[in-house]
Amino acid sequence: MTEQEKILDVKDLKTYFYVDDEEIPAVDGVDFSINKGETLGIVGESGCGKSITSLSVMQLVPNPPGKIVGGEINFKGENLLQKTEDELRKIRGNEISMIFQEPMTSLNPVYTVGEQIAEAIRIHQKKGRKEAFKQAVKMLELVGIPSPEERAKQEPHQLSGGMRQRVVIAMALACNPELLIADEPTTALDVTIQAQILDLLKELQKEFNSAIMFITHDLGVVADTCDKVVVMYAGKVVEHTDVDSLFESPKHPYTRGLLNSIPRIDEDQEELEAIDGNVPSPTNRPKGCAFAPRCPFAQEICHEKTPDLEEVDQVKARCWIYTDQWQGENPIEEGGEVANVGS
Amino acid sequence: MSVAELEQPLLDVRNLRQYFDIKGGVLGRTVNHVKAVDGVDFQIYEGETVSIVGESGCGKSTTGRAILRLDDPTSGEIHFNGRDLAGLSKRQMRDVRKDLQVIFQDPFASLNPRQTVGRIIEEGMSILNSVPKEKRKERTIELLEQVGLNADVVDRYPHEFSGGQRQRIGIARTLAINPKLIVCDEAVSALDVSVQAQVLNLLKRLQREYNLTYLFISHDLGVVRHISDRIIVMYLGKIVEVADKKTLFENPKHPYTKALLSAIPEPTRKKQKERIVLQGDVPSPISPPSGCRFHTRCPLAQESCKVKEPELRRGEDGQLYACDVV
Repeated sequence: MTEQEKILDVKDLKTYFYVDDEEIPAVDGVDFSINKGETLGIVGESGCGKSITSLSVMQLVPNPPGKIVGGEINFKGENLLQKTEDELRKIRGNEISMIFQEPMTSLNPVYTVGEQIAEAIRIHQKKGRKEAFKQAVKMLELVGIPSPEERAKQEPHQLSGGMRQRVVIAMALACNPELLIADEPTTALDVTIQAQILDLLKELQKEFNSAIMFITHDLGVVADTCDKVVVMYAGKVVEHTDVDSLFESPKHPYTRGLLNSIPRIDEDQEELEAIDGNVPSPTNRPKGCAFAPRCPFAQEICHEKTPDLEEVDQVKARCWIYTDQWQGENPIEEGGEVANVGS
Repeated sequence: MSVAELEQPLLDVRNLRQYFDIKGGVLGRTVNHVKAVDGVDFQIYEGETVSIVGESGCGKSTTGRAILRLDDPTSGEIHFNGRDLAGLSKRQMRDVRKDLQVIFQDPFASLNPRQTVGRIIEEGMSILNSVPKEKRKERTIELLEQVGLNADVVDRYPHEFSGGQRQRIGIARTLAINPKLIVCDEAVSALDVSVQAQVLNLLKRLQREYNLTYLFISHDLGVVRHISDRIIVMYLGKIVEVADKKTLFENPKHPYTKALLSAIPEPTRKKQKERIVLQGDVPSPISPPSGCRFHTRCPLAQESCKVKEPELRRGEDGQLYACDVV
C-alpha cells in the first residue's frame, strides 16, 4: 500500500445531523483509504452510517440537517472539503461518480436514457449533442444492453429493473471515473439479475481500471466483489481488513457475529448464532464501545472507554481484546470460537 | 417417501390459478390478464415448514394471498383441514381464519400505530372469542414473553419499537389465536441479518412448542435452507421444482433451480463456485413464453421446449421437477 497509489484517503470523517436541537453523530470519525483499481466494500447494518459516509465523499449530504463537521476527504491528494461548489461539480460525475440502489429514482422519467447518458458526457467532456449521443449508445452496448440504438431512444419506464441499473452504470462510467461509488447497487434486484450486474461491474472495472467503493449489507456480495472491506457499526469503523481475513479470521466480535448470523445455503445449521439486542439508536449510543451491550465478550473497560482502531495482524480492528488493557485470554482466537466462519 | 404421504395433508392446493384483470380502453373492459399463478399444486403436512422461493413476479406471494383468501382465486381448490376454502363465503372464512394466520414482511405497515401493543395482541382473541375475557391480559403477557419481549411493553405503541421488535409483536399477535398454519410472507426480509437470525430462531422454537405449520414465502435461499423441510421453486406462476431441503440444495434438478442457487454470492472464501449467469430478464406474466416458461433463459433449452409444456415428474430422490430435458 504505497502512498501514491491511494486514490481516496478519508481521515477522521465526521458527519453530524442536527434535528430538533439534537446532535446525531451519523458518521463519527471514519478512516479508510482506497487504492487505484481496487474495490473497497463498506458493510454494516441499517443505521451504521455507511450510506452517509458515501454521500459525504460526494458532499451530497443534505445540509441542513446534515453537516460534515470534521476530517479530511483526500481525493488524489487534494482535500475535497476545501473545494468550492464549482470545483466539486467538475469532479462529481466525472472523476467520481455514483450508483444508487433504486435505479428508477436516479433516472429522469421524462428523458430518454440516451439523452441522460449523453448529458453527462456533454457537460464534462465538452462534446457536441450528436457525438455525445453516439457515445451514449456505445456505453449502452458496453453494459450489455441488446439493440442499444433503439434502447437509447426509450424512456426509463420502458426498461426492466436490471436494464435500468445497467443504464445507471453506463451513465456513471460514461466519463471514465477514477472512483465509482456504488451504494447497494444490486439490493433491489433479483439474484439472477444481481449476478449479471456484479459480473458486469467486475468486467468494467478491469476495462476502466476504476476504484470502486461498494456499499452493501450483503456479505455474500462482499465475498464476490471486494478486495478490502470496512465494517461499520454505529457510525464508526470497527474493522478494516482484506476480504480473505474478513471471512477466515474476523477480528472484531461484531464482524464475527454478523458472519455467524447469516443463514447459509451451503450448510445446515440447527440454530443461528444471532447477536442479542438491537443496533443502538444514533441519538442514544452507549458509552464506551457502542457494541459492548450486545457483545458476548464485553468486559468492564468496554462499557467505559471507546477503543481505537488499531493494527492487528496486518488488519485493523477497534476492540479492547487486542490491547494490553484486556483481562485474560483473547476469546476470539480460540479455534472453537470461530467455528462456522471460513474453513 | 415418508410417513407424511400417508397422512392427510393440512393444506392441499390443487390447480390454483390467480389471474388479475388488466382494464383498458374507454369502457374499462378487461383487455388482458396477468397470470400471476397459473395452475399450482402442492401439499403441506402438519408440523412441517414448506417454503416457496422464486424471484419477483413468480407468484409466490400471490399464492400465499390466495390461500389466505386475501384475494379470491380465479380457479382451483384449497383444501385446508379437509375443507375447500375456495368456495367459502367471507363469513365462513372468518371461522377458518383462527387456524390460518399470516405474518407480513413490513413490520412498520402491519401494526396499527394507534393501538397499544396489548390491544394489538388482544384484538384477535376478542374477535374470535378464543380466550375468556378475564384471561386475555394474562395470555398477552405470556405471549410477549414467549416472543422475547418484556411484559411492560403492553402499554406502548408500535413506533417505539425497532423493526425486529415489531416483527416479534406481529408474531405474538398471530400466536394469540392458536393458529395451525402460519403463512410467513417475507417475514424476515426487512430485518438486518443480526436481527433476522433472532427472529428465525424464534420462529423455529415456536414451531416446536406449538406444533405449528409454516408456509414460508421468501426470495432468500439462505433463510429458506435454514427454516424449511421442503421447498417449492416457482417461476412465472408455475412450480418448477419441489424437493426436500437436502435434495434441493445438494442435487437440484431443474435448470432454473440450479441457476438460482448458483447466482447467490456466498459469504465465504472457501470455493467460488461456478456461476450460471442467466441471460435476460424474467418475461412478463401477461404473455408468458409458450411451452416451458423458462425456455427463453434456459441454457439447456431445445426446440421442443418452446412448444411442449413440461409436466411435473418424479426424480430419483423423490423430488418433483418440471423439465423434459434433464
